[in-house]
Amino acid sequence: MNMIKDYEMVIGLEVHCELGTKTKIFCGCPTTFGAEPNTQCCPVCMGMPGTLPVLNKKVVEYAIKAGMATNCTIAKYSKQDRKNYFYPDLPKAYQISQYDLPLCEHGWLEIEGENGTKKIGITRIHIEEDAGKLVHVPDKGTMVDCNRCGVPLIEIVSEPDIRSAEEAVAYFKKLRAIILYTGISDCKMQEGSMRCDVNLSVRKKGSDKFGTRTEMKNLNSFTFIQKAIEYEYKRQVEEIEKGGTIIQETRRYDQASGKTYSMRKKEDANDYRYFPDPDLAPIVMPEEKLKELRDSIPQLPDERKKLYTEKYGLTSYDAELITNDMTMADYFEEAASKTSNQKLLANIIISELMKLYDSDEGIINIAPEHLAQIAEMQGTGEINSSVAKKVIKALWEEDCDASEYVKSNNLGQINDEKLLTEYINEAIAKNQKSVEDYKKGKTAAAKAIMGQVMSKTQGRGNPILIDKLLTEALQKLL
Amino acid sequence: MNITELTVKELQEKLRNREVSSVEAAKAYFDKIEKTDGEINAYIRLTQDVAMKQAEEADEALKNGDAKPLTGIPYGMKDNICTKGSITSCASKMLYNFNPPYDAFVTKKMLGQNAVMLGKMNMDEFAMGSTTENSAFKVTKNPRNTACVPGGSSGGSAAAVAANEAAFTLGSDTGGSIRQPAAFCGVVGLKPTYGTVSRNGLVAFASSLDQIGPLTKTVEDAAIVLNAIAGHDPFDSTSVNMKYDDFTLGINDGVKGMTAALPKEYFGEGINPEVKEAVLNAAKAFEKMGVNIEEVSIPAMEYALPAYYVISSSEASSNLARFDGVRYGYRADDYEEMDDLYKNTRSQGFGKEVKRRIMLGSFALSSGYYDAYYKKALQVRTLIINDFNKIFKNHDFIISPVAPTVAYKIGEKTADPVEMYLGDIYTVPVNIAGLPAISMECGKDRGNMPVGMQLIGKAFDEKTIIKAGCAFENYVK
Repeated sequence: MNMIKDYEMVIGLEVHCELGTKTKIFCGCPTTFGAEPNTQCCPVCMGMPGTLPVLNKKVVEYAIKAGMATNCTIAKYSKQDRKNYFYPDLPKAYQISQYDLPLCEHGWLEIEGENGTKKIGITRIHIEEDAGKLVHVPDKGTMVDCNRCGVPLIEIVSEPDIRSAEEAVAYFKKLRAIILYTGISDCKMQEGSMRCDVNLSVRKKGSDKFGTRTEMKNLNSFTFIQKAIEYEYKRQVEEIEKGGTIIQETRRYDQASGKTYSMRKKEDANDYRYFPDPDLAPIVMPEEKLKELRDSIPQLPDERKKLYTEKYGLTSYDAELITNDMTMADYFEEAASKTSNQKLLANIIISELMKLYDSDEGIINIAPEHLAQIAEMQGTGEINSSVAKKVIKALWEEDCDASEYVKSNNLGQINDEKLLTEYINEAIAKNQKSVEDYKKGKTAAAKAIMGQVMSKTQGRGNPILIDKLLTEALQKLL
Repeated sequence: MNITELTVKELQEKLRNREVSSVEAAKAYFDKIEKTDGEINAYIRLTQDVAMKQAEEADEALKNGDAKPLTGIPYGMKDNICTKGSITSCASKMLYNFNPPYDAFVTKKMLGQNAVMLGKMNMDEFAMGSTTENSAFKVTKNPRNTACVPGGSSGGSAAAVAANEAAFTLGSDTGGSIRQPAAFCGVVGLKPTYGTVSRNGLVAFASSLDQIGPLTKTVEDAAIVLNAIAGHDPFDSTSVNMKYDDFTLGINDGVKGMTAALPKEYFGEGINPEVKEAVLNAAKAFEKMGVNIEEVSIPAMEYALPAYYVISSSEASSNLARFDGVRYGYRADDYEEMDDLYKNTRSQGFGKEVKRRIMLGSFALSSGYYDAYYKKALQVRTLIINDFNKIFKNHDFIISPVAPTVAYKIGEKTADPVEMYLGDIYTVPVNIAGLPAISMECGKDRGNMPVGMQLIGKAFDEKTIIKAGCAFENYVK
């Protein structure tokens, strides 16, 4: 499509995040994930006649913390409203949410985009209760599991400031990082405790009007967000280019086909008949409580990012990658204190360690001092990068002292010029074709010879030294 | 001595003196129910087994000397108040088999007092109505004249007290549902200040207006029962956290030196002249007792009824949405799709009046209409609260009629819902403002039907209206 570059996408995200309170938002039931169906509910969260909600104060505190960590204004006076609709997973036939007076408003966060740092606005953060789950059992029909009914959620609504799939993912990752830092949610996407709705519209570049948007619901991985956005953007541009119009609707992203499908048109949408819940009193936060909450917020990703760029010389981009995961950032800081080569340490973490690490699990199998040893050894030339990679893999499986491992497995880097020259000459002799190519000016032909030498050293040869010696040797042949 | 004719206070003394046992009292009431309730239909369900067990426990407590004020006193519970192990149907087909696995706050209070529950009282379905004719199960008759309605929605609760079928009953009042039937049946009904009695376990009609209260033979009895049920409940966020003094303290102190208000809007167009006369005579009686009576105005009164019907129906449309046939209660047999399950269950399970209010409320809350109806109604609510506040700056209580008429004939107003709604005009402003009010007989019309007087108090000042009510009773005696 030629015209696609004439368009830009306009994206706003609505992120739902289950709060990590011990009990539900309006009753004392536990919130543990994965329990047997209908074992974590009571008359209140099942909406039995005559039962009444009592707001869990922790939910308000957690939501306010999220607001403070994202630079929101915290409402002095807030209320809860009923969102009315019928569905079997919603026992009261209304969800208690917040309509016009949310707890937090007018916030923002910063992401590292293609063109440097970018601010994304946060419209509001409000509290609400989660619904239950419908379980489809073959031959038996559809069952309702009420365990999730009343699990506390915050919904974080962004401004339509996002202009690419990458920015959307960066925003989502940053938001997740901030929430994890504040400790109010485990943000486990696999378990659905953090999920995302994407509102997307397109417009001609330079236009200041918004196009008609579609909403894609419940995307629960970075990849799906990225792919859904890419697909939907293309679909909308193609539709408009064909002379069609975009219909305001809810669309479902299908993971298998990578496409989005229409679910519900706007005219079929519910009229939720919001009104203030008469069972609940307004939420009024005293100033001293707000101060207490503000004081309880730990150092956030951006503060650490600043520290890493200033103190350790990391790029903003690298610092963002590390600080986006608090476990990883803590790990980095500990390892950094044990090596003089923090920049290399950061590179190793980003290019090697993060490939092995599952952020939902939050477990790093290698002790920070051992990774520091690896950075140190690589920095001094004791081992080369491919050995470093090997050692990391080995230690991830079974952690041990890294220098011991290098020693006992004889992985030290070969810096012996005489030995390396011997290998080089051998390789040149065997690869006359590459030599001829080199002579013709194809300098890339040296790579093939270099590979032979490296494999002769079993990957332990000092690559810089080999490169230097090989170039010298080839030059001589010209 | 006829046990069933005794007041709570009198029976309490006889039980404590061991002149009567709780089991005897319960039996006497069941005998009386057997004799007269076939015609009156005050009870929707008797809970004889529960009652006899509770009576035995009460006798045990009485013997051990740890009797509480209501120990051993037989009472009836309105059928929209949850009683664990006993069906709580709200007089609706929708909940015909609903057996709550929990007790309401007030039920627990009654259990804690060792009071004896005789049964559940008939009512208008989900407390929507003014005659108890909207019950899905039976029509209650007025014991003063069985051709007449007992009022509603707590019609069963009022009729039982009037017919000596319970020493007292509990009712609920959203727009007059305790006070109006009390007036029609010639008994005492007390609606406490919103937040005084926990709504926990009361099947909600309109959450911002509902309040549980007693129906009794005397004002003092109402104070005794209120003592038992008032109090903070952490499980109702609208329950007020405060300590209540004994409501019977100083009950006979009299009203001399007090100032009462007669709002002119309560005596205007639409009031039956005999009702007007009886209430004005009562005001004169207060004057003779040394009360300074002044005419006042509640300008927002003319908007009270529409505001009430918008607010109560809106809340009801949401509160009653949970009755969908999925988890408990009635479920239609004939459905294929999920939407049909909802539609058929709700079409068949709810009565006409309930459906009317759900539709009214759903409409009022719809986008595009919210501002014109619900929001406007909330503004009226503020105006009414302000009007009352102004009056209470200079007055101790308000004297008014409870309803524009006395009890009318069964079937007389069922055809015209608006006509029926107009009967709530004097009671709804009290709920809108969350105030306490007592309804009691102040005379009779020519047909010998009781005329109800309403004494409205300041928020959390039940004491003054209880005192005034007692003074009036003593004066009449």
